[in-house]
Amino acid sequence: MDTVLYLVFRQMRRPLLTLILTYSIAILGLVLIPGKDADGNVWYMGFFQAFYFVSYMATTIGFGELPYEFSQAQRIWVVFCIYATVIGWFYAIGTLIKLIQTPAFQMAFAEKRFARIVRARVEPFYLVCGYGKTGSELIESLLDHHQHAVVLDIDEDRISELELANLSEQVPALCVDARRPLHLIEAGLKHPHCAGVVAITNDNEANLKIAITSKLLNPPLKVICRSDSKDIEANMASFGTDRVIDPFDTFGIMLATALQAPCTYLLQQWLTGMLHEQPGDPVYPPNQGKWVVCGFGRFGKAIYHRLRQEGIEIVVVEMHPELTGQPEGLFVHGRGTEAETLSQAGIEDAVGLVAGTDNDANNLSIIATALEMNAELFTIARKNDKDNEELFEALNCNMVMNPSGIIANKIRALLASPLLYEFMGLATYQDDEWACQLVSRISGLIDERVPEVWEVKIDKAQAQAVMQMHTMGHGVTLGRLVAERYDRDQAMSIIVLMLENHEGRVLLPGMDYRVESGDRFLLCGEQAMRHSLEWNLQNINILEYLVLGQVKQRNQVVQYIKKLISK
Amino acid sequence: MNPEKVIFGFFIILAATLNFGFFVGEISNPDHHPVYELFAVIVVNLIATVMKFGDRTQLGALMLATSLVAVLQLLSAALIWTVSVYTSENGLTESAIASVVSLSGGALMANIISVVLLVIETVIMRR
Repeated sequence: MDTVLYLVFRQMRRPLLTLILTYSIAILGLVLIPGKDADGNVWYMGFFQAFYFVSYMATTIGFGELPYEFSQAQRIWVVFCIYATVIGWFYAIGTLIKLIQTPAFQMAFAEKRFARIVRARVEPFYLVCGYGKTGSELIESLLDHHQHAVVLDIDEDRISELELANLSEQVPALCVDARRPLHLIEAGLKHPHCAGVVAITNDNEANLKIAITSKLLNPPLKVICRSDSKDIEANMASFGTDRVIDPFDTFGIMLATALQAPCTYLLQQWLTGMLHEQPGDPVYPPNQGKWVVCGFGRFGKAIYHRLRQEGIEIVVVEMHPELTGQPEGLFVHGRGTEAETLSQAGIEDAVGLVAGTDNDANNLSIIATALEMNAELFTIARKNDKDNEELFEALNCNMVMNPSGIIANKIRALLASPLLYEFMGLATYQDDEWACQLVSRISGLIDERVPEVWEVKIDKAQAQAVMQMHTMGHGVTLGRLVAERYDRDQAMSIIVLMLENHEGRVLLPGMDYRVESGDRFLLCGEQAMRHSLEWNLQNINILEYLVLGQVKQRNQVVQYIKKLISK
Repeated sequence: MNPEKVIFGFFIILAATLNFGFFVGEISNPDHHPVYELFAVIVVNLIATVMKFGDRTQLGALMLATSLVAVLQLLSAALIWTVSVYTSENGLTESAIASVVSLSGGALMANIISVVLLVIETVIMRR
């Protein structure tokens, strides 16, 4: 980038020299040529007057012949000067403005500005490479959870999209090739507050390059990558990439979860969802009977394999089998939007339909047609574009799944709350009954909006009061810790989802568990509860009341006065 | 021989020599310091500054810096001269011309450093 600046400065030489030369020749001439003052005496112009005159002559402002009317000799000189200086002026100014407007020069400045903004960051932030569908959902999700981000993308249109997006805070963004280490460093790869790198461009190779660069230049950094190729995935893992996400497989797993364990699916949706979202209701897809899957692209394949593993009978409908390949099982050639194809696939006696093509219009059309033929059908639609939300709602789809949203939420959970991610993993091993109970408990805590999920670590910084109680020799049970500070017999509206201590992880730990230093808890509750709990964790007076049932006066002035009174 | 280097060296040395020419003489005597020379010094220094634009070497950056110092000093000298000649009642006083000359003396220092740097650069190139 510096090269561009030097090149531009070098190109400025000629116009600037032209300007200096024409000005100095014009000024010198005016100073040397004699004129006459108002009384007819011979008069010579001073340098200052000459500079003043040339300044307004060259810029064509033209105040007239000052301070005295010119002699004929002066006018002859001025005629030459007018043409020389005016042309010189226009040439110089025109060239300079043109140089400043060079795209390369502008880019260089944008880059500098961006690097400066990133350097000045004082809060942890995530470096997101790629602002496509998933990228935009991820940024929205991060900001929604009060996290910060910096964006790199190779496509200028997407960067302008980010600038136009209605986000709650400004996200620094730059249009560059993130594969170049220099640009990653500018975006804060080595910044002390950089909390993680997410490579979700649509190019596997680029993601790999970003992962390698990040891991080599800043090894402790958390790196999450997107990859849909097993080779690249293995390659990334060999570099210590913390998590590789295959969008298609992730979506397939989610769909299978939704089919087999609707409550677990709902639990995941609630815990990872956007804070302002309304919690969805549980839906129970039929898992016995025939399913029709429209679309056999990368998503379709992932869905197909997952459903096959679950032992569900599947018929695939695909328009271009020559491009996508054919599944082993039942297969119908066609788009799926027309009644004939659907009828061939046996839609009349199917229990469910997945409209999983990459085209929202087709998905809408498939579902509308299928519902006309079989009104009992359970429909799952893949929503590719966020803006089509209302259309799917109007169609009364049983489930709408947005792949980029699901993946973005997963990445956010991975970045911001590793415990939540672990919890999700453990929760899938529980049966759906367990998840249903938890969902109903959570729904008792909240109204309108999805719960906030957060982590608490028992240490000096986050739980000062607990540590103080420990040094005083009092044990603190979990039940006491999450009691209401106004009435210790009442529990706060918080669910302790998971405990992680040196022994391992415990789902939904009991309220009589004795809290130890170094424990980590995953909690969930209404958004205000997070702040409320901090009182219990940090204020020794409150915790003492919660544990012992009485308040000890600590204020020394009050103690002194009390002592005086008792005397 | 590189013609660009010839022009470059010419202007840098000319800037120093003209500056010296203006500087020598009794410091408070306006007759020893003609204003035409000051004009020439300023123009040549401006040209020398612009010639140094866009050199990415460390030496080039230092040369540009010395030139900028010289131009700054000379422009302030010109400003003092203009103010005393055109706006003050006493015209060009001894103290005014003394400060103009001493400012140009400062510029001379910067120009000498410029010439020294030019020589150093040439010696480095020789090797």
